[in-house]
Amino acid sequence: MDAPLWVTLALTLKVAGWATAINLVLGVAVGWLLARKRFVGRELLDSLLTLPLVLPPTVLGYYLLVVIGKRGWLGHWLQETFNINLIFTWQGAVIAATLVAFPLILKSARTAFESVDPQLEKAARVLGLNEWAVFFRVTMPMAWPGVLAGVLLVFARSLGEFGATLMVAGSIPGRTQTLSIAVYEAVQAGQDDTANVLVVITSITCIAVLLAAGRLAPAGRVR
Amino acid sequence: MSFDVDIRKTVTSERRSFTLRVSFRTHARRTVIFGPSGAGKSLTLQAIAGLLRPDSGRIAFDGAPVFDGTQRIDVPARTRNFGYLFQDYALFPRLNVRQNIAFGLRSGLRNPSKQASGDEVERWLQAFELVDVAAQRPAELSGGQRQRTALARALAHSPRALLLDEPFSALDPELRDRMRAELDELLQRVDIPVLMITHDREDLAWFGDEAIYMLDGAIAERPPVLERRVPTRLKAL
Repeated sequence: MDAPLWVTLALTLKVAGWATAINLVLGVAVGWLLARKRFVGRELLDSLLTLPLVLPPTVLGYYLLVVIGKRGWLGHWLQETFNINLIFTWQGAVIAATLVAFPLILKSARTAFESVDPQLEKAARVLGLNEWAVFFRVTMPMAWPGVLAGVLLVFARSLGEFGATLMVAGSIPGRTQTLSIAVYEAVQAGQDDTANVLVVITSITCIAVLLAAGRLAPAGRVR
Repeated sequence: MSFDVDIRKTVTSERRSFTLRVSFRTHARRTVIFGPSGAGKSLTLQAIAGLLRPDSGRIAFDGAPVFDGTQRIDVPARTRNFGYLFQDYALFPRLNVRQNIAFGLRSGLRNPSKQASGDEVERWLQAFELVDVAAQRPAELSGGQRQRTALARALAHSPRALLLDEPFSALDPELRDRMRAELDELLQRVDIPVLMITHDREDLAWFGDEAIYMLDGAIAERPPVLERRVPTRLKAL
């Protein structure tokens, strides 16, 4: 364990934070699309995007390597065009965590949007609002508790992501080694003291997230 | 003022297919479309408001088309400028009375603040005796207050006509009579053209300067005979 503890913790929070932010935008957009629009292949799209929930993370990691690896079509293109390499970087870890956690926000957001009474959206339209205003003033506030629940699940899942992250980003102390990977490495190396500290830190972080969740969404507001 | 409607719309669900073929014209100050539930009244009203797109036909208000299938005119609901009173009022549950009334007066991506004010808001709060409950949310209101809030919200942005969808069916029978008298009085004060749909004969008597009858998705010549509902009080005897 070469990196100081706080570096590993900060890296883990950074990766989980980015994965959560990306998932918030993507999950809300796709969840809304699935809930409100009728199009061919809607349920197939839902199934495909739910796949990360049931596939082993290592399989996902492998797929990611195939796509964004140096010889993958996207990875090759990024390398040639922008000289960007995602493998063994923290950005790669963000992509892995985002993909693995995405189904959690998708399910929450879709259910939340489906439970918004379309009548209220109609009322807003008749009152002169354009579609963006309807979304931000009626749909989103009504769906927010459900979306927020999804956001917290995503954050928790990203914090603990292991398999796909390890395959895509590896385990470089201080650069891509997140808490869950550091625990694994410490145990493998027989450093029980380090493992103990890491496990306690991880548990405290998760408890803090849950407490924050309780404050953000008081029981009275979630309907 | 006049409504000129001539539309067709086929709605299909998994179990059935329903075709609406409506054609009518009215110049009356207050028009009531009367028919049993399932006659297509609600679809007609939504088509007029711009909430449902007809397959073909034409809808015009005061001679200006808001929908015309052949000319490809389809004015979006937000610019048709009709007031719409929903059957269950569709008040925004997280906004207080004041915010609900101010809702259509504010453009942009943010809702009016809890203390939203302005001449229009104050005027409607006072006119409809909602000042005392202005800070309350819809769930805390009585049936009558809810209806007045919905009406104030619809009228606040100065619509050119008011569309009413079964305005009393959400109320208790005892309250219904009182609210008819109240709505009648309020509508006379604001003096706005009204188009109401209902399956209640009493509404026809109160608001039907002109009556249009509907049955099975089409206009009927005579008032359709509705099943008489035995009042619950009599049933118990």
